[in-house]
Amino acid sequence: MQHLISVTVENRFGVLARISGLFAGRGYNIGSLAVNATENLDVSTIILTVTGDDKVIEQVIKQLNRLIDVIKVVDLTEKENVSRELMLIKVSAEPAGRRSEIFQLCEVFRTKVVGITQKNLIIELTGAASKIEAFIEIMRPYGIIELVRTGIIAIARN
Amino acid sequence: MKLSGAQIVVKILKEEGVDVVFGYPGGVLIPLYDVLYDADIKHILPRHEQAGAHAADGYARASGKVGVCIGTSGPGATNLVTGIATAYMDSIPIVAITGQVQTSLIGGDAFQESDITGITRPITKHNYLVKDVQDLPRILKEAFHIARTGRPGPVLVDLPKDVSVATLDYDPQQFEEIKIKGYKPTYKGHFGQINRAVELINKSKKPIIYAGGGVILSSAAEELFKFAKIINAPVTTTLMGLGGFPETDDLSVGMLGMHGTYYANMSITESDLIIAIGTRFDDRVTGKIEEFAPNATIIHIDIDPAAISKNVRVDIPIVGDVKIVLTDMLKNLKQLEHKDWLKKIDEWKKFCPMQYKQDQNGPLKPQYIIEQISKVTNGNAVITTEVGQNQMWAAQFYKFTKPRNFISSGGLGTMGYGLPAAIGAKFARPNDVVIDIAGDGSIQMNIQELATLRTHNIPVIIALLNNNYLGMVRQWQELFFNRRYSATDLCKNPDFVKVANAYDIKAKKVTKPDEVENAIKEAIKSNEPYLLDFIIDREENVYPMVPAGAPICKMLTGGK
Repeated sequence: MQHLISVTVENRFGVLARISGLFAGRGYNIGSLAVNATENLDVSTIILTVTGDDKVIEQVIKQLNRLIDVIKVVDLTEKENVSRELMLIKVSAEPAGRRSEIFQLCEVFRTKVVGITQKNLIIELTGAASKIEAFIEIMRPYGIIELVRTGIIAIARN
Repeated sequence: MKLSGAQIVVKILKEEGVDVVFGYPGGVLIPLYDVLYDADIKHILPRHEQAGAHAADGYARASGKVGVCIGTSGPGATNLVTGIATAYMDSIPIVAITGQVQTSLIGGDAFQESDITGITRPITKHNYLVKDVQDLPRILKEAFHIARTGRPGPVLVDLPKDVSVATLDYDPQQFEEIKIKGYKPTYKGHFGQINRAVELINKSKKPIIYAGGGVILSSAAEELFKFAKIINAPVTTTLMGLGGFPETDDLSVGMLGMHGTYYANMSITESDLIIAIGTRFDDRVTGKIEEFAPNATIIHIDIDPAAISKNVRVDIPIVGDVKIVLTDMLKNLKQLEHKDWLKKIDEWKKFCPMQYKQDQNGPLKPQYIIEQISKVTNGNAVITTEVGQNQMWAAQFYKFTKPRNFISSGGLGTMGYGLPAAIGAKFARPNDVVIDIAGDGSIQMNIQELATLRTHNIPVIIALLNNNYLGMVRQWQELFFNRRYSATDLCKNPDFVKVANAYDIKAKKVTKPDEVENAIKEAIKSNEPYLLDFIIDREENVYPMVPAGAPICKMLTGGK
C-alpha cells in the first residue's frame, strides 16, 4: 500500500541526502517527493510517498525518526488530509480545431492554460493525484509532448 | 578568549574528558597538530588510519567512554571508513575528526579532497561538515553528546583547514546546554508495558533471557544478574553480550546462534517466553527466522525503537535504557522457581557440552589454547579478537564473567580489528592484561600496528592461532563446497616470530600442548608487547555450527 509521509526536518544542507540515502540503502522506494521550507525558515517539510506492507512502513518511520536532523514524522495516510500536486503538461494542438476541444476539457478540469504556440498548449493543473492522472488519460489521445509533476504535498486536517 | 578552531577542538576534547586520541596527521591537519603538540592529551600514532579508528573503538568498548580518532582529508578520512562502520554496527561511541580542504576549495576536486560526510552518512549516527568556526563549539559538543547517549554510535566531524585557523571568542558556558530538536532518546520504559511484561514472566513456564550488547553499553550487568536470579531463568548472550552475565553461573547457557552452544539454541527453541534485552535478533542469532523459537512469546527491551520488530515480530516491546527498565522491572518481580525447565536445560548441557580433545602429543587445539588463556588470566583479561575461527573459539572457550572484557567486531565482522582494538583497550585499562586472539589471516590486515606497540611500549599480547588458512571460509568450503579450498590457503605466510622481532617485539613459536600455559605466563610477566605464534591443528573446525539458512536447533556438532 502507498503511504503518504510528512517529515519535518532541520533546514540544513545534506538533510535530503540523508533521507534519500536512507531509502536507497535500506531498499525502500520513494514514489514522489516534495521539499521546501516552512513558515519557520529553520525547518523544512518533506512530503514523500512510499509503498510497502505494514512492516516496511513501520521501519521507514522508525528509521526516519533515528536521523538526528529529523524532527517529526507523521504518516498522513492514517489521518484525514488534503493533498495536492501540480502538473505542467504540454499537449499537441494539431491538427487545427483540436485546440478548442482541449480548451473545453480544460474547463471541465478547471485547469489553467499557461502557454500557447502554433503547435501546442501548456496546461497547468493542481489537484489530488487521482485528478491529475485522470487528466493525463484524457490528454493522451491528443498527444502528450512533455509532462512534469511535482511530488504530492499534503496537510492533515487536524 | 580568542581561540583558533584548532585550539577550540583541543579545548573541547579536554572538556569532554578525552585523555588519549588516536590520530594520523596530514597537510590540512597541521594547525590542529600544532596545538596537539603541547596539549595535555596523549596522542597515539597508529601506522594506518583504519587502526586509529579501531583503537578509538577498542578504547570506547573497554572504558565505556567516547573514543576519539583523527585522520587527514582524502585518503586519511577514507581509511577511517572501515573503522567507523565497525563502530556503527556495534553501536560504539566514537568521535572521528577528519581534516578537510579549505571551504573555498570544497567541491572542486582539490588535492586530497573527499566528500567524507557523504561517504560516511550511512555508517555514522550523525556527521557534520563545519563550514564556519562559529558553529564549531556547538558541533563538537553535539558530536560527543550524540555519540554517547541513546543508542551510542560513531559521529564524524569534518574540519576544513581554514576553519581550524579561523578565530572565535570561545565561551564554554554558552555551550553547556545541548538542544537538538530531533534527538530525544527514550530512557524510561513505558509503565504499562513493564507491567504486562512482568505478568507474562510470572505466568511463563519456560522463560529464557537473551541478552545482547545493550546490556554492556548500558552498564546493566548487575541489574541483569539480579533479574535472572529472581526469575530463575537461563541466560544466553549474543557475541556482543558476552560478559554481560557471568558464564560461571549455573543459569548461564553461554552464547546462542550460529556457533552458540547446543543447550542455548535448544533452550531458545523450546522456550515459551523470550526476554530479549539490548539485542537485535541478528541473522547469526536467529538462523532460519520462520522456525526461530516457534512457541515463544517475546518481550523486547531496547533503547532503539527501530530495533524492535525489525526482524522478529515482538509481543511486548519496551523502548528504554536497559539499566533503567530492568531496575523498574525488579521492583515488581517476585522470586520464581522453574525447576523442571532448569533440569531440562541441565540435561541438554550434559548431552552435548562444549568439548574438544587435546592429544598431549598431537597438534595444538585452538580451544585448548583459549582455555589455557582463560585459566591463566582467571577470566579477568580484556580479550580482543580478529574475525573468523579465532573469534568464535575465543567466544566459546574463554569464560567471560565481567562486562567490557570481550571486544570483538560482531556486526561488521572486520578482519584486522583485534590488534588495534587491543591498543585502544590497553589505554583504557592499563592495569588489566590485554590479549588479542588473532588468526594468521586477520593479523596481516593490520600487522603494521606492531610498530605502534613498540613505539609506545604497549604491553599487548598477541595470541596468534596460526593454521595457515583463512580458516572460517575454509571450514565452509570443507563442509559445503566439497573441500575446494579456493583462495583460502595462506601457505606462503611469513615467519611471524621474525616479523615481530623485526619490530623489536618479543615473540615465541609454540607447537606443543605442554608449552602453552608457560608461554602465556611468560608473555604476561614480560609486561611488554609480545607475540605468541601458536601453530594449531590446520583443519580444526568451529563446532557446533548452524548451517546458513537452517533453524538454530539443527546444529552440526562435528560428530562429537
